[in-house]
Amino acid sequence: MTGLAFLIPIALLMGAAGLAAFLWAMRSGQFDDMDGAAHRVLIDDEEDEDA
Amino acid sequence: MVCRKRASLNAPADTLQANTEATRGTRFTVPGMRCAGCIAKIERELPKVDGVLAARVNFSAKRVAIEHSSAIDEDALSDALLHLGFEAQPVDENPLGHEAAERKQLMRALGVSGFGMMNVMLLSVSIWSGADGATRDLFHWLSALIALPVIAYAGQPFFSSAWMALKYRRTNMDVPISIGVVLATALSLYETITGGAHAYFESAVMLLFFLLAGRALDAEMRTRTRAEIGALLGRMSKSASVVAPDGSTRRVPSNALEPGMLVLVAAGEGLAADGEVESGSSAIDNAMLTGESTPERIGIGSIVHAGAINLEAPFQMRLTQTADDTVLAEIARLMDEAGQSRSHYVRIADRASRLYAPVVHTLAALAFAGWMLAGAGWHQSLVIAIAVLIITCPCAMGLAVPTAQVVASGALLKRGLLIKDGSALERLAEVDVALFDKTGTLTLGEPRADIRSLDDSSRSFALALAQSSRHPLSRGLADALRLNSVEPVHLSDIRESSGIGLTGNWNGVQVALERPQSDQTTLATRLRVGEELTTITFHDPLREDCQATLDTLSEQGITSSILSGDRQQAVDGVAAQFGLDAIAEISPQGKLAELETLRATGRRPLMIGDGLNDGPALAAAHASLAPGSASDASQQAADAVFIGEKLMPVALAVKVARRTMEIVRQNFGFAIGYNVLAIPLALFGFVTPLIAALAMSLSSLVVVANSLRLAGSAKEKPQ
Repeated sequence: MTGLAFLIPIALLMGAAGLAAFLWAMRSGQFDDMDGAAHRVLIDDEEDEDA
Repeated sequence: MVCRKRASLNAPADTLQANTEATRGTRFTVPGMRCAGCIAKIERELPKVDGVLAARVNFSAKRVAIEHSSAIDEDALSDALLHLGFEAQPVDENPLGHEAAERKQLMRALGVSGFGMMNVMLLSVSIWSGADGATRDLFHWLSALIALPVIAYAGQPFFSSAWMALKYRRTNMDVPISIGVVLATALSLYETITGGAHAYFESAVMLLFFLLAGRALDAEMRTRTRAEIGALLGRMSKSASVVAPDGSTRRVPSNALEPGMLVLVAAGEGLAADGEVESGSSAIDNAMLTGESTPERIGIGSIVHAGAINLEAPFQMRLTQTADDTVLAEIARLMDEAGQSRSHYVRIADRASRLYAPVVHTLAALAFAGWMLAGAGWHQSLVIAIAVLIITCPCAMGLAVPTAQVVASGALLKRGLLIKDGSALERLAEVDVALFDKTGTLTLGEPRADIRSLDDSSRSFALALAQSSRHPLSRGLADALRLNSVEPVHLSDIRESSGIGLTGNWNGVQVALERPQSDQTTLATRLRVGEELTTITFHDPLREDCQATLDTLSEQGITSSILSGDRQQAVDGVAAQFGLDAIAEISPQGKLAELETLRATGRRPLMIGDGLNDGPALAAAHASLAPGSASDASQQAADAVFIGEKLMPVALAVKVARRTMEIVRQNFGFAIGYNVLAIPLALFGFVTPLIAALAMSLSSLVVVANSLRLAGSAKEKPQ
């Protein structure tokens, strides 16, 4: 049962980290342009490798 | 540096908001973006323009946010975009701000309740698998600690909506949900404090999570289509150059203009008020008012209206009507009033809940009173009452409509039809008579160039010239050429001169697109390459699948007819070709009156039109559709917009809408059947709140699965 003392906080922290990541992603606008993100994968960079 | 470049193209947009004093941010709506290539082109090429620091595309909203120095103004930026081949209109900072905030609030609530549900469920599973004594109490306290803030936050959309309903002495679906959640939480808290055996935090949180998921889907659908349309009355000029008696001009905002003023309209400028031409002659684009993009020639004495765009040469006009008296403002007002009648339409879900909510409350209250009388004690009576509330909570009902609509509108979106809100599908399913506008609806509404007379090299010249102008003929020519995958040559020194046309220079050879000298009856332009002249003619063809669409509609029991403001002769020709009834030369008010007559006789009219003169009729009809080429105001007024050159989406919309309502009815049938079975069990105390929550989730899943069957509904050939 002492294992619970570790496992429960760990479970809660992981859940909270997931939630925090979701809220951060929303705030930084990553859900603002879902269709654009799908298209951007296809953009080829035509710039030369100059560096 | 490939990686860094890609990182910059794919980075989030917030870098654009970090403005310093010298830079400004301006947003443009760019409806012409279609693919990854367009995103890359705008984001790469625009910063090469002097004064532009960065450009960021939001593809879903069809917008570009440009960060630029204050030295460069909006007109220069939209010209720069036009040179890249995109027509753009500046938009206000964030017109969709309110809705976007609401959607974000829903998404945050969904995230929070998802977090809460997972953690509380984790603890609850251990309790069900036999944890007892101190461990159980600890787990109950932990659950309470997680669930209380989660419920307080994620429940807000329901609590506030329920509160609003109760305040106006009405009831909606959110009332039983709120009461169920609050009671279950309060009882669980009491259990936890007194060290009782059962807490129902997981039921409450799970309920919120599933309901929020349904709402978030619904909100997503609405914002997506609204952003796609991005309609604004932005083309009406916000100011005008007033000529003083001494000949000097000053800019006057459109709301300060007065009848009698003399106004100078530059080429390319929009008209800010109605008036009469005093001097000069030109051609104007009246597409915003009439939906007809064929330029209209004007001269001294011609009446011109706000919203038109001067295409060729500067002219002076004497104002007759300004501000709210313009024809444009009048039509907008008619539309607004006509739209009011539609807001009386009660959605099927609300109709159901009106009947359903009182029944649920009465049953729960009866269960409580009954068990109290039977001597079960208040605690057990309350548990049973909560189980009744949760199990009958119209969750499956709440999902019955939105899930079906989300799936159906997704299927229609793939076929080029954007449904603007959920109730549109309900109304579309009920229509029994269709009224078509002619120009722009049965026809394509854009001058289509006949490019057969051009050889490959002159095609490249023509495209290079045409793509740099926003004249309707140039756009029609450019579209036709792009369809034939013509690549433009690089021209230097491209110049558009009013009344003459476009000129450019290719390695010392003069090339031009100019007005043909000869006749004015057919639309035409002339391409000059050096000394060689080629005439290109334009016509406005009928959409090719008109007949098939009208046949499909009549198979669905819908009678079609034409309602057009165009000349009697032109309308009769089309009407005879398709064997339809037609009314020609009808005013916007006339169209509105025609619709009112139909409604008065109990018909449910579907209006399909594109011009602003169709606007009031679109707003007043039981349901309405507008083609993607329609005026902004008409797209705003219509329930759905169809893109492309086919008319078939009209028939498809009706078919899918009917199929959707069939699925919705099945969903309701299932939800009600489930309740009929579950309520007696709950009433007699065989169901704990946990089982109630599980059963409810299961019924929701069945409803969602049933709705998914609509995914293929737009694919089959309409019968």
